[in-house]
Amino acid sequence: MQRALFPALFAAGVTFLLTCLVIGVRLEQEGPNLTVVGADAETWSWIGFAVIVVFLFQLFQQPLSRLKQRLPSPDVTGLLPDHKLRARLRPWLIALVVVGLFVWPFMVSRGAVDLATLTLIYVMLGLGLNIVVGFAGLLDLGYVAFYAVGAYTYALLSEYYGLSFWVCLPIAGLLAATFGCILGFPVLRLRGDYLAIVTLGFGEIIRILLNNWTNVTGGPNGIGGIEKPSLFGLEFSRRASEGGQTFHEFFGISYNSSHKVIFLYLVAVLLVLLTIYVINRIQRMPIGRAWEALREDEIACRSLGLNPTVIKLSAFTMGASFAGFAGCFFAARQGFISPESFTFIESAIILAIVVLGGMGSQLGVILAAIAMTILPELAREFQEYRMLMFGGVMVLMMLWRPQGLLPMKRPHLELKTS
Amino acid sequence: MTETSLYVLQQLINGLTIGSTYALIAIGYTMVYGIIGMINFAHGEVYMIGTYTAFITIIGLLTMGVGSLPIVMLLALMTAIIISSTYGYAIERVAYRPLRGGPRLIPLITAIGMSIFLQNYIRLAQGSRDLAMPALVSGGIQFGDPAVFEVSISWMQLIIWVVTLISMTALALFISRSRLGRACRACAQDLKMTNLLGIDTNRIIALTFVIGAALAAVAGVLLGLYYGTINPYIGFMAGLKAFTAAVLGGIGSIPGAMLGGLILGVTEALTAAFFPSEYKDVVAFSLLVLILLFRPTGLLGKPEVEKV
Amino acid sequence: MSENLLDVSGLMMRFGGLLAVDNVSLQVKPRQIHSVIGPNGAGKTTVFNCISGFYKPTGGEIRYRGQPIQGMTGHRISLLGLVRTFQHVRLFANMTVIENLLVAQHRHLNTNYFAGLVKTPSYRRRQREAMDRAAHWLQQVDLLEFANREAGNLSYGQQRRLEIARCMVTEPGLLMLDEPAAGLNPKETSELDQLILRLRDEQDISVLLIEHDMGLVMGISDHITVINQGAPLADGTPDQVRQNPDVIKAYLGES
Ligand SMILES: Nc1ncnc2c1ncn2[C@@H]1O[C@H](COP(=O)(O)OP(=O)(O)OP(=O)(O)O)[C@@H](O)[C@H]1O
Ligand SMILES: [Mg+2]
Repeated sequence: MQRALFPALFAAGVTFLLTCLVIGVRLEQEGPNLTVVGADAETWSWIGFAVIVVFLFQLFQQPLSRLKQRLPSPDVTGLLPDHKLRARLRPWLIALVVVGLFVWPFMVSRGAVDLATLTLIYVMLGLGLNIVVGFAGLLDLGYVAFYAVGAYTYALLSEYYGLSFWVCLPIAGLLAATFGCILGFPVLRLRGDYLAIVTLGFGEIIRILLNNWTNVTGGPNGIGGIEKPSLFGLEFSRRASEGGQTFHEFFGISYNSSHKVIFLYLVAVLLVLLTIYVINRIQRMPIGRAWEALREDEIACRSLGLNPTVIKLSAFTMGASFAGFAGCFFAARQGFISPESFTFIESAIILAIVVLGGMGSQLGVILAAIAMTILPELAREFQEYRMLMFGGVMVLMMLWRPQGLLPMKRPHLELKTS
Repeated sequence: MTETSLYVLQQLINGLTIGSTYALIAIGYTMVYGIIGMINFAHGEVYMIGTYTAFITIIGLLTMGVGSLPIVMLLALMTAIIISSTYGYAIERVAYRPLRGGPRLIPLITAIGMSIFLQNYIRLAQGSRDLAMPALVSGGIQFGDPAVFEVSISWMQLIIWVVTLISMTALALFISRSRLGRACRACAQDLKMTNLLGIDTNRIIALTFVIGAALAAVAGVLLGLYYGTINPYIGFMAGLKAFTAAVLGGIGSIPGAMLGGLILGVTEALTAAFFPSEYKDVVAFSLLVLILLFRPTGLLGKPEVEKV
Repeated sequence: MSENLLDVSGLMMRFGGLLAVDNVSLQVKPRQIHSVIGPNGAGKTTVFNCISGFYKPTGGEIRYRGQPIQGMTGHRISLLGLVRTFQHVRLFANMTVIENLLVAQHRHLNTNYFAGLVKTPSYRRRQREAMDRAAHWLQQVDLLEFANREAGNLSYGQQRRLEIARCMVTEPGLLMLDEPAAGLNPKETSELDQLILRLRDEQDISVLLIEHDMGLVMGISDHITVINQGAPLADGTPDQVRQNPDVIKAYLGES
């Protein structure tokens, strides 16, 4: 205890320095005058509280860590049934979830369906980034750039050439993939941390270009009135455009704006299911295994004849293409896009989703995307603290469980032996 | 002299001013990288916190009636250095030390989380809008032909140059003369070996974070006064620029960081002179990518051979 | 000119002021076990790194089946059939044993995206062949029962064997082993001994071996090259090397 006293005092002092000026005093702007205002007693008592907590924590760190060792570490996977039973239950479970996904929107409010659609976009983005960060172990901080490429591809093609959503969807994916390839080719030879910074810079460049290329992209004002997707040519608007036909007229039902919302939701569900299917397959294909091997040990990969650049590039391109699809759908859903939607914060949110879900784990990423988009909606005050919490979550997760809440389970492969 | 050349001269002066503050921040990146081989992603936020503490101290002192400019600036520098260093230390303790020796991706993510956390922490505590302060130091010297183009060097710019020069000299002396400085150099050479020789490398690593943070705080005070406005988001761009400077000069090399900062500052100022100013950020990034591709060791860096 | 499988001549490798490899030459004949020995820090691993393309040699020539390979990237050299292990085990520790072996067979698999997505017959066939090859080699190194274990959870000796199996599924022409017996107990060492002999006799490949265990080296080598402080010291059959006064001096002077 004696020996712990000095570090504890030190930590308390550090905590005080970290909080006293920045929280205890606040700068207020009144016209041209800047003034400082001391915080109220409540804030100061919080600061005092924090200092004491840190002090006590440091003082009793050893007994505490001993206590922690005795507590069993939570193992979520241990709660699941073993792999044979799971393999048998899986198809049923998947069928149940899929049916639920399609039936559910008809029973709830419009707002809920709309939120679900947004969540699905994040699921797609999370799954896409998971390829790059989780599988291949490449830290991409400019993922939002590919999302922007997808969104602007649809917005521009639709505005200037009148192409429909369904035509633009593959184009957006391809174009985003091309961007990923062009950017990735030079930078993927770089070490991991350089790659992170370069992708971060690239994300910013794309945003700056979109902001300044005013006569094409509309600059900061963005592009509005983007056409919504149609169902085999049937539109979901109240009145049909020239030569078009609307959904409600075709089926002879009265117009209901929630048809459109549900339709968008169903499109998102389809896209997400497709994403999950494709990524699931790829993960078990040679290229998917190569991604993970590269994450584990690049030198060993080279010694076995795998070309690291090509493999990284394929992960990068593949991840980018999913962002492109998501971006295209995002533009269609919003009907309006501007560079505001594609800031670094967005990249950070997607990264937080991947990190929380467990790098490499698909189910984990899906659940994390749901949690991260729905929680802020449930409590409005939460919105204010959202980014603070995302940052904190990233730090804590890495310290506590770098493999995420739901770590990836290795596939079980049966060997036939003679 | 013609108008264009005077104009370019003015831009050079402005570029050197900004560049010297980039250099101050870049040293933090380079020193940390030199020792643990990792980028401190949260370094830009330390700079941002430095500007906030400086503003708080200056306004506080002015309200209390302390009017002497040197005293105000000195106290602002000291407070900013103390608070920012504490943040630098905390970043190392929380985001780097517990993860040492693990996969490299992990501390990278914690550092980014840290950066997001700190940015929003300041946003919540101090508000997200721009805060503007009336100029403390005004005036300067003018030369050139008033009829053609008048080149001016403001007193603030001179202060920036002098303070930067003093800080750099102090750092150079510390690194080359003091025992701790020698330990720093030893760690940069071979961390494991230095540890075996009985030097507490954890302390040395923490020290580099602290020194880097202190220099970033100096830059924060200077740039805060120079621009007169701050917001919680300035750390992002400043961090990226300073990182570019560090890579340009050769990451791991302290003279390189200084050189890189100056070159980047001048390049940006010249770009801003002839193109719309939004593109100066694009130029900085493009420069970064080009260096990484064609000369990843930068101007003064040592080549790295990957040990197999 | 080339009955030699691997032909290294005048190899030089300089790190700054340190000449780690100084004019080393060696010839590996087909179906031979060729050992490289020398005291710690002699430059053996550096020679390996130069041959396998991880370092770019600063001088000299390396030919594999007559084709010059110096300066080629590591993965291209590996594709030619020169495959190596590392002094410190480098497995894909978080992947299972089979997955380790499947990654190594990347070159044999159908890596076409479309083929993989719809599982074309060719894709399935190559996948099945890869699984069979993996099963065969797991049996050879006695790891079959651990097929679905994560590689990082195996014992050290098992990891060493898995590394060899991982090289063998690539179907190499020359296998390069860097201190495969380091850290093994006597029983495991003698099993390794048998395994290496089997590789030469049944698989018709050559093995280039770095090893400190003299019993193992003298017992199985067809040819030995000794290097000391980067420079070649002796070259010959085990008996010749054993009696070479320089070698005796270098080794006795060392200890
Ligand atoms: N990348 C590198 N940079 C600088 N020096 C190196 C590098 N790689 C190896 N060396 C040096 O080259 C010399 C030879 O090292 P090498 O690893 O080849 O020895 P070795 O014969 O394999 O020794 P051991 O039996 O201990 O494995 C050593 O002095 C080592 O420090
Ligand atoms: Mg060696």
